Amino acid sequence: MRNLAILVGLFVVLGALPVFIQSDVWLNSLIMILFVALLGQAWNILAGYGGQFSFGHAAFFGTGAYGVAVLQVQLGLSPWIGLVVGVAAAGLVAAFIGAVSFRYGLRGSYFALVTLAFAEVLRILSNSVPFTGAGVGILIPLEPGLAHLQFTSKAGYYWLIWAMALAAFLAAWWLNNSRFGARLMAVRDNEDAARALGVSAFRIKLGGIVLSGCFSGLAGVFYAQYYLYLDPGIAYGPAISVESLLVPIVGGIGTLFGPLLGAVTLHILSEITRDIFGDAPGISLAIYGAVLIVIVLFLPRGLAGLGRISARRLLSRRSA
Amino acid sequence: MILSASGVSKSFGGLQAVRDASLDVEPGRIVSLIGPNGAGKTTLFALITGFHLPDAGTVTFDGADITGRAPEEIARLGMVRTFQIVQPFAGQTVRDNIAVGAHLHHAGRREALAKAEEVATRVGLGDRLDMDAASLTVAGRKRLEVAKALATEPKLILLDEVMAGLNPSEVRDVIPIIRAIRDSGITIVLIEHVMQAVMSLSEFTYVLNQGQIIASGSPEEVTRDPAVIEAYLGHGMAEQVAKGAADA
Repeated sequence: MRNLAILVGLFVVLGALPVFIQSDVWLNSLIMILFVALLGQAWNILAGYGGQFSFGHAAFFGTGAYGVAVLQVQLGLSPWIGLVVGVAAAGLVAAFIGAVSFRYGLRGSYFALVTLAFAEVLRILSNSVPFTGAGVGILIPLEPGLAHLQFTSKAGYYWLIWAMALAAFLAAWWLNNSRFGARLMAVRDNEDAARALGVSAFRIKLGGIVLSGCFSGLAGVFYAQYYLYLDPGIAYGPAISVESLLVPIVGGIGTLFGPLLGAVTLHILSEITRDIFGDAPGISLAIYGAVLIVIVLFLPRGLAGLGRISARRLLSRRSA
Repeated sequence: MILSASGVSKSFGGLQAVRDASLDVEPGRIVSLIGPNGAGKTTLFALITGFHLPDAGTVTFDGADITGRAPEEIARLGMVRTFQIVQPFAGQTVRDNIAVGAHLHHAGRREALAKAEEVATRVGLGDRLDMDAASLTVAGRKRLEVAKALATEPKLILLDEVMAGLNPSEVRDVIPIIRAIRDSGITIVLIEHVMQAVMSLSEFTYVLNQGQIIASGSPEEVTRDPAVIEAYLGHGMAEQVAKGAADA
């Protein structure tokens, strides 16, 4: 309950920010932070709470993005319908990948490789079929207005991603306080013990990947509406998959606030490296890699774990 | 009979772990399964609870044929096992661990947590609810195994060596807990090496050796059975034990 209060309070503050911040540059930064936090929380739901490490969340992200884009461009449907269809399609892709992998008991690196393979297959498919615009990509026509889920001001997009991220964070909170979440974490910590207590590990993991895939798809919908352009490399490329897992790993895997913490940290880090090194290609990626190694070595529970350690030390020092 | 296994067999590659084993458990009893190390006791538990698929034989529980069903289905029917090598959800609190079991029949988080607390008190973990399960002592972890299973509100519970590794005073503490579980109407089947526990708790005993049931009866009868003495102490020992008893 305390976590829920903190979460709601935090999002109320975040939601009020555009009233005080008019700078597009700052708003863009905040949008990117919330977008990346959403991606990270989506991955965290499956990996952090469910223990299934995916290396191919782009499969869900890209499906959501193409869902909303293709429906608008090829069929002339409203992006609101596209949002629903895109998220549902991402959920279906997740259900399929989950059903195939979990039915055959794939775990650990095997599961990671299978998800990566599916994302790559989808990238190649979207590169070769005509209705996605193939390699040229797909351009959503500019038609600002709430009905078209496009906004002339950054604040509009900010509130859109704010609402989406809020939904994902509430879902993660729910996992901490529900039967489904308890079972998901039980399967993560010990699958046999969970099954012995009547938990259908297969169904629970399937539920986890679908929930996770839907939120990744939601991030894809946002991306498509924000940039109004997609190509197979953006939608299904490994960059999104890596971003999805980097954020919660840095912030704190399996924690409610970890993805937000990771998103803020990585954003600040990439801004700093850009300031120092300019746009020299590869530098920011190299620094990302170095940060990841340092975190895995010294902070296996991410920055959220750092907070926990120091809080515990403080408490023990006070009591001593 | 609440549980009966008949002619159950299982082999792993060339090793016949369980051979044509049959056992019957009457409701409301404490039945024990004993036998030397490697006799196939845990494998038999795994066959009964769906963790392994038997090569032959049938298992019926509470009137239903459950041969080959998944462990989670069997748990839902009311038969749960504990693990010899304790399997806590490490990193979660004792309360959360037990709540996973309680969730089987309680969808709400609050009811499950309340049930977890109640069960923890029954097995003597009431004062350690907020501890990390991984930081419990061996005795504590064994109790946690029992608590998780108990929280599913089973009809029958299979306890796999819940007293192994405990010191005599800890064993003395656990025995009344197990008796209280039975008195609450839950049938118990236990695998145990601690003979003190077997003798004082169980009303009926099966002896497994090299995958086969070699004897059954009351614990007193079984421990006098020459086949059982030979299984534990070696060939020819039954005669020597009998002679030793006669000389004394």
